[in-house]
Amino acid sequence: MSAETDAPQKPRRTRRPARRDAAKDADAPTMTEGPPKAPRLVADPVLARQALSTMWQIRRFEEAVDDLFARGLMHGTMHLSIGQEAVATGACLALTREDLITSTHRGHGHCIAKGAQLDRMMAELLAKQTGYCRGRGGSMHIADVETGNLGANGIVGGGIPIAAGAALAQKLRNTTNVAVSFFGDGATNEGAFHEGLNLAAVWGLPAIFICENNGYGMSMSSSLSMAVPRVSDRAVGYGMPGVTVDGNDVQEVFDAVTEAVARARAGEGPTLIEAITYRHKGHSKSDQNLYRTREEIEKWRAADPIGRFEATLLDAGTLGQADVHAVRAEVLEAIRAAIKAGNAAAPSRADELLSGVYAPVQE
Amino acid sequence: MTASTTVEVGAAPAIDGSTEMSYSDAVREALSIAMTEDERVFVLGEDIGIYGGAFGVTKGMLDKFGAERIRDTPISELGIVGAAVGAAMCGLRPVVEIQFSDFTNQAMDQIVNQAAKIHFMLGGAAHVPMVLRAPTGSGTGAAAQHSQSLEAWFAHVPGLKVVLPATAADAKGLLLSAIDDPNPVIVLEHKLLYRTNGLVPAGNTRVPFGTAAVRHEGDDLTIVATGIMVRKSVEAATALAAEGIGVTVIDPRTLVPFDEDTVLDAVKATGRVLLVQEAPLTGGFAGEIAARIAGSDAIYSLLAPIKRLCGLDAPMPYAPELERASVPQVDDITAAARDLVRTS
Repeated sequence: MSAETDAPQKPRRTRRPARRDAAKDADAPTMTEGPPKAPRLVADPVLARQALSTMWQIRRFEEAVDDLFARGLMHGTMHLSIGQEAVATGACLALTREDLITSTHRGHGHCIAKGAQLDRMMAELLAKQTGYCRGRGGSMHIADVETGNLGANGIVGGGIPIAAGAALAQKLRNTTNVAVSFFGDGATNEGAFHEGLNLAAVWGLPAIFICENNGYGMSMSSSLSMAVPRVSDRAVGYGMPGVTVDGNDVQEVFDAVTEAVARARAGEGPTLIEAITYRHKGHSKSDQNLYRTREEIEKWRAADPIGRFEATLLDAGTLGQADVHAVRAEVLEAIRAAIKAGNAAAPSRADELLSGVYAPVQE
Repeated sequence: MTASTTVEVGAAPAIDGSTEMSYSDAVREALSIAMTEDERVFVLGEDIGIYGGAFGVTKGMLDKFGAERIRDTPISELGIVGAAVGAAMCGLRPVVEIQFSDFTNQAMDQIVNQAAKIHFMLGGAAHVPMVLRAPTGSGTGAAAQHSQSLEAWFAHVPGLKVVLPATAADAKGLLLSAIDDPNPVIVLEHKLLYRTNGLVPAGNTRVPFGTAAVRHEGDDLTIVATGIMVRKSVEAATALAAEGIGVTVIDPRTLVPFDEDTVLDAVKATGRVLLVQEAPLTGGFAGEIAARIAGSDAIYSLLAPIKRLCGLDAPMPYAPELERASVPQVDDITAAARDLVRTS
């Protein structure tokens, strides 16, 4: 795996002013003390190993379910985030277990990065009773509420206002937790994006909106679906900071989210982060890749976030080849175990369909 | 046709501690009780703060509970309901006011795709204890986009509960049950009922879901009416009693869950049934009630076909005479009931 190139379109970092002019308003948040810094992964072997493991877990999980699907051993549909692992990994590295996320139809990575168990995820995709959703949700509705994942979402942009509500709950309950909403570039053209960001901004909620800009909303290029160059440009319309980062650089995502989380915990309101990335696979199982070129895909494969991160760690001496191989082997073993456990689990139960619609009323 | 004695059962019985109050005061009292007893409860919606809500329901609540819990929102229905879904999933008990039930259309993704499905879709790992209140129905000259009765849409979505309080007592008691419920509940309050009065029990007195109320008793005909049609049907039943026609009026109170037993028992006892709703005929909830009667052994008791008296299959018009002509009035109910009894 090559790691010699940066992402093809090295994004420029942009920063937008807060809603009010700080010079005119003494209460406005200022950056005079400098933003809080995330730990440097190259200088922290434990954290680096954790991040690498998470990225490999996402990659290998998705390769495994892709394979199971191709062999007719998994049904339905799925949306793979292969190539985008650094965003979920870098973002969730900046969060605690108590922080909340809302995820997308392309949500395996967020679920894993937030701490879900691979075997319960695999069981869900295998339509088993032991799955996170008892076989009722599948890939598109995967969730692990215990680790703060309020759920993937089959509706583009559906999780954005929900994250604003989760953040509102933290504010009203006086916790220091934050809510992160992941969504794609396509979602930023939905009304839900506008309403969710606006509510979070006017109420100063501890929310972080992370756009995984993989360049396409299904087949629609983001250059055709919006008239501004960057999703982060839209932040100014909500009076919140907007930043664009290299979404294939786990450290850069970690840095940006760490800073946004600190702002949110300090009561300084939400942030919009655009992470430029790319999905190596098609949108879903019906995708024949008619809207993008082989050359484009190959260019981005060369900028693979996992390969880049491994090379960075090896160059810096943070991890040795043996460590990297050990991480890969551990992950492969965990995926195999998850498939084995999933296959052995009881099927989901039809006799719970009606009783599962409503939560029981406490008398 | 059998002459019968009719017994007016009216609204809530006058028990100790009951007070006469308006429907909108009863809604406010329920909200205030819930917010006082449970700090997780908060209200959010457009113009509910200093303005007191478009229909004055939350008047004075801002002073009592503050701007954090009586939360004025931008005009942003999708965002409001989405925020309520997220807050509900994180342990709070949001009560959303959507200014007119027509505006739920702006929020339908969050109501139908999110709130209704999350508990099921996530395998029971989460639930959405959210209440959505909305003024509904016609009668104010507000025309087609401020006058609809959309209850059948919500009843068609598994995961939602649907409540139509027809009296002041129920406006309070059903809302208290809705706030306690761990599921998303849609409460549709007919806007012409806000200024009607009734006896309302004091304190945290809940009205359980899925229990129909018998609003009038008689032997010749059963009317099943919803929302404001309950009041109109009781008025019709009272007039018919003077003619010697006995009418039972049943108010289901909640469409989901639906108290089928009370309806079927009354149909069996009277042999005739008239279903009255303000919503348009086609695809309305009266059709669901008709199907349940027709699919049960109550059908063997019928002396005449099941009859529906509903709103016209047309958008609500502006002109007052056109608006009145679009939905059943007391005279229409009286005539339909009389006709049903006399021709069978």
